Amino acid sequence: MILQPAALALLLIALLVSGMGIYAGYYGMRILGRWDPASGSEGQLELERRTYLVSTIISYVLSFELMSLFLFIYTADDIHLLFTGAMCAAGTLAVNSFGYPTLLLKIVNFLLAGVWLIVNHADNRGYDYPLIKVKYELLNMLVPLLVLESCLLFAYFAGVKPDIITSCCGSLFSQGSGSLSGDLAALPHRPMQIAFFSGMAVTGISGLFFYLGPITGISALTTPFLVRKPQKLISNLLKGRVGYLFSAASAVTFLIAVASILSFICLYFYELPSHHCPFCLLQKEYGFIGYVLYATLFGGAVAGIGTGVLMPFRMVGSLARIIPDIQRRLALVTLVCYLSFTLIVVWEMIFSALTLG
Amino acid sequence: MKRAVERHLNILEFTLASLLRRRAKNLSLLAMYLLVIFMLASLLFFVTALKREAAIILSDAPDMVVQRLVAGRQDLVPAGYSAEIARIRGVTAVRPRLWGYYYDTLNGANYTVMASDDPAVKPEWASIGAGVAQSRNLAVGDLLPLTSYDKTPLMVEIGLIFPSSSNLIAADLIVISPGDFTRLFNFPNGQATDLAVTVRNPKELPTVAAKIASRFPDSRPILKSEIQRTYQSIFDWRGGMTLIVLASSLLSFIIFAWDKATGLSAEERREIGILKSIGWETSDVLLLKFWEGVVISLTAFLLGTVLAYGHVFFLSAPLFAQALKGWSVIYPRFQLVPVVDAYQLALLFFLTVVPYTTATVIPCWRAATIDPDAAMRY
Amino acid sequence: MIELSGITKSFNGGKPNQFTAVDNVTLTVSPQQITAFKGPSGSGKTSLLTMIGCMARPTSGRIFLRGVAAAVPFQQEGVDAVEITSLPERFLNEIRRSTFGFIFQQFNLVKGITVLENVMLPAYPTGEGRALFRARAESLLEQFGIARLAGQRVELLSGGELQRVAITRALINNPSIIIADEPTAHLDSKLSRDFMEIVGRLKGEGKSVLIASHDPIVFDSPLIDTLVEMRDGTVTDSRSCR
Repeated sequence: MILQPAALALLLIALLVSGMGIYAGYYGMRILGRWDPASGSEGQLELERRTYLVSTIISYVLSFELMSLFLFIYTADDIHLLFTGAMCAAGTLAVNSFGYPTLLLKIVNFLLAGVWLIVNHADNRGYDYPLIKVKYELLNMLVPLLVLESCLLFAYFAGVKPDIITSCCGSLFSQGSGSLSGDLAALPHRPMQIAFFSGMAVTGISGLFFYLGPITGISALTTPFLVRKPQKLISNLLKGRVGYLFSAASAVTFLIAVASILSFICLYFYELPSHHCPFCLLQKEYGFIGYVLYATLFGGAVAGIGTGVLMPFRMVGSLARIIPDIQRRLALVTLVCYLSFTLIVVWEMIFSALTLG
Repeated sequence: MKRAVERHLNILEFTLASLLRRRAKNLSLLAMYLLVIFMLASLLFFVTALKREAAIILSDAPDMVVQRLVAGRQDLVPAGYSAEIARIRGVTAVRPRLWGYYYDTLNGANYTVMASDDPAVKPEWASIGAGVAQSRNLAVGDLLPLTSYDKTPLMVEIGLIFPSSSNLIAADLIVISPGDFTRLFNFPNGQATDLAVTVRNPKELPTVAAKIASRFPDSRPILKSEIQRTYQSIFDWRGGMTLIVLASSLLSFIIFAWDKATGLSAEERREIGILKSIGWETSDVLLLKFWEGVVISLTAFLLGTVLAYGHVFFLSAPLFAQALKGWSVIYPRFQLVPVVDAYQLALLFFLTVVPYTTATVIPCWRAATIDPDAAMRY
Repeated sequence: MIELSGITKSFNGGKPNQFTAVDNVTLTVSPQQITAFKGPSGSGKTSLLTMIGCMARPTSGRIFLRGVAAAVPFQQEGVDAVEITSLPERFLNEIRRSTFGFIFQQFNLVKGITVLENVMLPAYPTGEGRALFRARAESLLEQFGIARLAGQRVELLSGGELQRVAITRALINNPSIIIADEPTAHLDSKLSRDFMEIVGRLKGEGKSVLIASHDPIVFDSPLIDTLVEMRDGTVTDSRSCR
């Protein structure tokens, strides 16, 4: 194990986050088991008080997860010198088989915690705790993942010794390497570009429909082209389903965008046709543009997925008035974030010194 | 949106006022928090600055140094090796280096003695480091008596004292001519301490090193990158060890903070009860407690890091120096170049503010969920 | 109008020291009137008032608030009244903040801050602009004749002054219902009568006032519209005084 201040800090955070998660999960289970909002008994009051604690804990977990995600990448980058062949964070993470899984799990946990907070926010606005079961079941999913992430992090640092030969990002992300990241980079540019822009387009259009309301949105866009009957048919089909489409599109586009970063986007920033490392974007040399890109992407993904998670509850009792509003705001967030992301990418594609065939 | 901002501002204002009202309790907490941050920040700044210095210095080191091992111990390298190595494809230069350690009986110090081909270094003439000058009370023009291995004295005139800004590498250094060097150590002719090898293309280094090792099985080629890695490892390890040692103080601070947060005085309890009874909601009181934590953490963090900066970069960290630099008779007294970046601050934040926040979550929540009913009854 | 139906409040339920403060109370409180709750200490008046005022939840039973819809930020489906017993705390709090103003037996003012700050305190978390509620606070202090005490610490005030500060604080968010728990307990007869005068003024402004007291100056006052007598957690008598 590297007895290094940063590693120790990350492990400490992981410990704290897991501990808090288990604590929150325990009370979540109790709340699930004994919840009875109609009763005024002391037990029920105590449970209602506990919900505040759980929300506070998960908000902290979310912010710690996000910060430790970046700290993890930065630390991996900082210690890359200790491993022959590692040129940046990408190499450090490849040192043993726990590096990339930890990173992926951190991202997943961040998204999950973000979605949880969105559901929590919606639940709090309803006057009869309408989403309480959904919320705490989601928590039951999140907590084991948090613990798993800590275990992976421990395993990673335990298996790290300086001077271990590893592949640097040159060979890790270049064509021909058998690992997953190698495969992604091997994806030819054209199809990836097409996938990326179509993904963004589908998300954007469905998001716009969703934001403006399915009927008005459709009418606005299709009136010049369709006669009345097919228009009515389409609007009936889509009513209520645009939300699901939008959410699914935003999630899929998130994945496509990450793959695109590896495949062609970072090439434009580095102005090198073979440098596929997604972490070097976070460096000073590139103006820390990586932070902006990832912030918009992650933010948009959380908001988009949150919209989808809330969809089944749109018409439920106390939420009927609240959820559509929340969803519209989330959709707006996703649209703005993804649009910014796309604009930055397009800008770079146009003005970069590199041109891909 | 505006309502949310107003709410935060109003509650923040109340928080500040209430913190000032309980000055004694909050000052003691702040003092301990400050101390912990100060210690950890000093540690981090010091280690990072050392690593940075080492990296800068090592960037001028030769690409590869070839040593010779006999029975696992370093031995002298014959001149013949350098000729053969120079013929390897990709090698641009091979320079045999003469250096060694000289033990000074007078003060028990070890000096590093180097031979230099620089024509400015005349026979019976030396340049010395500031540490040597100080411990032997020497100035330019003085004579330094050195005892060679056959017990005959070698007097060298001090021609130059290296500036103290170079102390990290030159504090204990004595540079003399190759002839004097050979005399001093009774050094066999045609041998060198090690060989400094320069290679045209840095990417070829591992290949060249492999060739040298296979041609001369008793040689040990050491790459500059390996030296850099090793130094970074050492500093990291030392930093980590010291951190573990400090962990006990961090832990006691956390327990202290938790205790302070849990132990609400009757007055504080009553005050929160009153707030709840006049219309403050649990989430409002939670916000109050949150801002309290933020204000205290931020103040402690700022003051702690500023003090640590002064401690490390103006006073050279007297508290840590021993643990981190190692023990030696000649202690290079050097001023570290200030290096503070967002990464270090983030690390510091993770080591201090995050545990503090975690420790106070439950006590704050307990405070926030005080029953307003209770306020009605007293 | 406030309707209570089968309200029970007990503590330590299920344990040997179970204690019932309010036992199966069914009651209607009319709006824009002064209702007095009379009874010895321990009769459950305070508990009942805290439940009416959305500060505590009954163990069982239902409470309906009618006609306070204007202050309620949401609407339950198909009902013209708000049933508050199963509301989450934040909603209860919303209602309480905008509908009720409390005057406590011990005044419950925060020590160490000024009179003005005490009066403004209930408005801090509402997100209202500071300038707005500050102006309102100052005009209220003016109205009750204690404007000169605005910058003073509450520790230095007399009983009557504290009483007025407490009343002013209760009015800062413009509530339609005032609840006072043993308001004259620490006051002499003159100040008690002054208090009843203020209560009459509040009624004149269209507010409803609920007072719990065992002070004859209060429950024998001609201003009282309805008198509710309580003993051992139950309502023994409820009559109109008009």
